[in-house]
Amino acid sequence: MGLKSNLHNLKEKYKGTKMAPAFNAIHTFLYLPNETTHNGTHIKAADDLKRTMNIVIMAMIPCLIFGMFNAGYQHYSAIDALAGVAREVSLFGNFLTWDNFVIGAWKVLPLVIVSYGVGLLVEFIFAVIKGHEVEEGYLVTGMLVPLIVPIDIPLWMLSVAVIFGVVIGKEVFGGTGMNILNPALTIRAFLFFAYPTWMSGDKVWVHGADPRVQDLAAGATPDALSGETILGSLAQNNTGMLDSAGDVWNAFFGFIPGSVGETSTLLIILGGLFLVFSKVGSWRIMLSSVLGAIVMGLIFNGIADSGFISETSKFYGLMSTDFWMHLLIGGFAFGTVYMATDPVTASQTNKGKIVYGFLIGILSIMIRVFNPAYPEGVMLAILLMNVFAPTIDHYVVQGNVKRRMKRLKVKTA
Amino acid sequence: MSNDIKIKKGLDIKLEGAAEKVTENAIKSNTCTVRPEDFHSVIPKLSVKVGEKVKAGQALFFDKTNINVKFASPVSGEVTEIARGEKRKILSITVQADKEQSFEDFGALNIDSAKAEDIKARLLASGCWAFVKQRPYDVIANPEVAPKAIFVSAYASAPLAADLDYTLAGKEAELQAAVSALAKLTAGKVHVGVGKNGNSPLAGLSNVTVHNVSGPHPSGNVGTLINKIDPVNKGESVWTVAAQDLVIIGELLLTGKFNAERTVALAGSSVKKPRYFKTKIGSEIATMVYDNGVDKDGNDRIISGNVLSGKQVKPDGALDYYSNVVSVIPEGDDYEFFGWNKPVFNKVSTSRALTFSWLTPKKKFALNTNTNGEHRNFVTTGTYEEVFPLDIFPMQILKSCMYQDLDEMEALGMYEVAPEDFALTEFVCVSKQPHQDIIRKGLDLMLKEIG
Repeated sequence: MGLKSNLHNLKEKYKGTKMAPAFNAIHTFLYLPNETTHNGTHIKAADDLKRTMNIVIMAMIPCLIFGMFNAGYQHYSAIDALAGVAREVSLFGNFLTWDNFVIGAWKVLPLVIVSYGVGLLVEFIFAVIKGHEVEEGYLVTGMLVPLIVPIDIPLWMLSVAVIFGVVIGKEVFGGTGMNILNPALTIRAFLFFAYPTWMSGDKVWVHGADPRVQDLAAGATPDALSGETILGSLAQNNTGMLDSAGDVWNAFFGFIPGSVGETSTLLIILGGLFLVFSKVGSWRIMLSSVLGAIVMGLIFNGIADSGFISETSKFYGLMSTDFWMHLLIGGFAFGTVYMATDPVTASQTNKGKIVYGFLIGILSIMIRVFNPAYPEGVMLAILLMNVFAPTIDHYVVQGNVKRRMKRLKVKTA
Repeated sequence: MSNDIKIKKGLDIKLEGAAEKVTENAIKSNTCTVRPEDFHSVIPKLSVKVGEKVKAGQALFFDKTNINVKFASPVSGEVTEIARGEKRKILSITVQADKEQSFEDFGALNIDSAKAEDIKARLLASGCWAFVKQRPYDVIANPEVAPKAIFVSAYASAPLAADLDYTLAGKEAELQAAVSALAKLTAGKVHVGVGKNGNSPLAGLSNVTVHNVSGPHPSGNVGTLINKIDPVNKGESVWTVAAQDLVIIGELLLTGKFNAERTVALAGSSVKKPRYFKTKIGSEIATMVYDNGVDKDGNDRIISGNVLSGKQVKPDGALDYYSNVVSVIPEGDDYEFFGWNKPVFNKVSTSRALTFSWLTPKKKFALNTNTNGEHRNFVTTGTYEEVFPLDIFPMQILKSCMYQDLDEMEALGMYEVAPEDFALTEFVCVSKQPHQDIIRKGLDLMLKEIG
C-alpha cells in the first residue's frame, strides 16, 4: 500500500501544475489509474492504448533478439569470408552463441536506448509544454526505429533523426492519433535522405564492414569486409546469393545481412499472426499487401520472361527474381506487418484497408525494382500510401453517403 | 406478418447480478421527484407552485417552446420543493405523495372510433406525450410533424436490462390499446421488435408489424430496428416509444387515468438479491436498493437505467422518467498495479490483447466503473465496426461531430442515430472517448442550427 498511496499523494500534489503530465506518465506506467466513468457508459472494456501498444512491442521482441544474434553472426561470417572460409549456418552451432549475442547486444542495445531516450524526452517536453498527457505512440515507434536502421549507424545521427521524426512527423500535427505519416518511417526517411551513404551500399549492413566505424574487430581489414544484402546484389544483376535452396531458407529464417530486425521473415510472420490474433494488427492490410506484392512480382516476372528487356538491363536482376522471393528478402515483410498496419496513418475503413494494403504491396515491389540508388521500396511505398490513405477513406465513406442520398431520392421521387 | 432481423455485429456484455424473476412491491415512496433534464432539450415552464396540491396526471410543467407538451405528476400530493440551479434552471420538482392516491380523470377513449386528433390531444393533455420520442435528434416528438413510422422495441438486449417479456406479461390489453392508438397517428406502420426466442406479450398484437429480432446487443435498441427496417432520411421523422411506456399510455386510454406504475429491475453485481419491483416513476431509489441487498456504506454506483447509457443517481435520488432498470455496480476508483500490461481475466474485452474474456464466452463478469485507461485521441481503427450494426461509419461520424461540420454530419447519417446507439462503441473504445456525449452534443448542435 505504501507505494500506491505515496504516488497518489504525489499525483494530487502535482495536479494542475506543468509537471503533471510527466508525473502521470510514470505513475500510469506503474498503476492503471483510479479514474472512473462520468457520463455515458458506466463500464468500459479492458483495453487501453498502453495495452494495445504493448502488444505490438511484444510482437517485435523476437525480431529484436534475433537481430542481436544475427548482427554478431553476420560480423563473424564476413570475417570468415574474408579469410576464404565459407560458413554454413547452424542454429545452435554458430548462430545462437554468446559471442554473437555480445557483439549484437553491444551494438543494438545502444540503438534501443537512444531511440527511447531521445524520443520519450521529446514527448515529455511536448506534453509538459502543451499540457496534454504523454501519449503511448512512441512506445512502438521507439522499438521500431532500432529494428529498421543499419547496425553501425552513429548514435548522434539516430538522435537527430528521432528528434526530427517525433517533432515534424507527429507533434506538429497534435501528437499520437493526429499524425499523417508513420513516425518511425519518417525517422528512417530522414536518415535515408540526409545521410544516404550510411543507409545504403554494401558496407553498412554488417557490423565492422564500414571503414568509417572505428571500433573494428581485431584482424579485419576494413576495406575488404563486405556485407552486401541480397537485394543489393540482385540490383546489380548478381543472382548468386539466392541460388540454392539453402540460400532461400536462410533468407526465410533471417540469417542474412540487413537492417537490425528486418531479416527474419519467419519471426515476422509469427509476430504478424500474434498481432492478428490479438486483433491489434489489421489482417486486411497484411493480407492485401502481400497479395499486391505477389501481383506486382508476377507482372515483373512476366515482363522478364517474355523478353521485353534484355538480360543486361540494370532492372533484369530484380525483375526476374521469382515473385515469392520478393516476400522473403529486404524489408517488405517487416514493413507490411509492423508499419503498414499503424492504425493512425493507414486507411481507417475496412474496405479502405484492403485497397491501401494492396497498393503498398504493388508500390513496394515497383519501387524496389526501379529505384536505381537503393533497391528497397517498402519504406517509400508506405509513406506514399500514408499520404493517400485519407483519400481512399474518402471514397469508401462517399459510398455510404451516396447510398443514403439514393435512399432519399427514391423516397422523394 | 412477421419478419426476421438478425444482427451479427455487436457484443453481449454478460454481467453478474441479473434480476431474478420475482416481483415485489417496493416500499411506497414518500416523495416523487421529476427532473426536467430527463426530457432532453425541453425548456420547462412551471404550471404549479410550492404548496399546491396536484393529482396524478396533472401537469407539473410544460415545454416553453411547445406549450401543448405537458409533463404530468406521477403521484397525487403536495408540491413540496422546486429545486433550482444556476441561472434559476429548474433541477427538480418534488411532490409529497398522498396516502390515498387520487387521479386526474381524463376519461376513457374508444380507440376504434377515436380520431387521430383526439388521441393526440389526449396524450398531450395527460402528459403521456413525454413517452413519445422522435428521431432525428432523439428528443420528445414534435406533435405537429407526422412521422413516417413508429417503432417500439420490446426486446431488451442491454446488459442487466429488465426482461420485457416478463415485466409486460399480462398487459396485453393496455399494449394493444396503445399501439392501436399510435397506429392512427402515422401514415406508415407501427413496427414492433420482439425477441426471436422469447415469449413477448407484444408478439400477438394487431395493427402492428412484428419483427423477430435476434443477435447480440444492440439488437434490442430501437435505433438498430429503425436502421434495419426504415432508416430516417433528411426531412423525415420517426417516433419511438419504449415498450414499458406503452402500458401507461394504454391504461390512460382505457381508463382515463395516468398511472405511472412500472415494473423495475434492480440488478448489478453489488445487489445481493437482484429482482423486480413494482414502483412508480420518480420514486426514491432508496426505497428499492437498501432494503434488499446493497450495503449502506458500500462504495457502489447506483444507476437509473442500464450500465451503458443510464444516469448516475445518489441513493436519495429518484427513478428517472424513462428507466425500467436500476443498476448497482462497484465503483472502480482504485489503482491497479501494472494493470495495463498484465493478463486480464476478470474484465470484458473484444480484443485478445492479453485479455482473456474470449476464452470464457459464457462467464458473467462483475465490472466496475474504472475507465481502464486514460483518455486519448482516436488511434485504433476497426474496433467500433465490430460492435456497431448500423450502416454508418462510427468513427467518421464521431469525428464530424467533434469538428462540428454540419454538412458532413448530415451526410454521414446523424438523423438516424441517438446517443445510445454509440454505447457499445464507447464501451470498447481504446481511447476512452465519450462517444455518447459527442453524439448528444452533435445532435444538439444540429437541432439548434437546422432544427
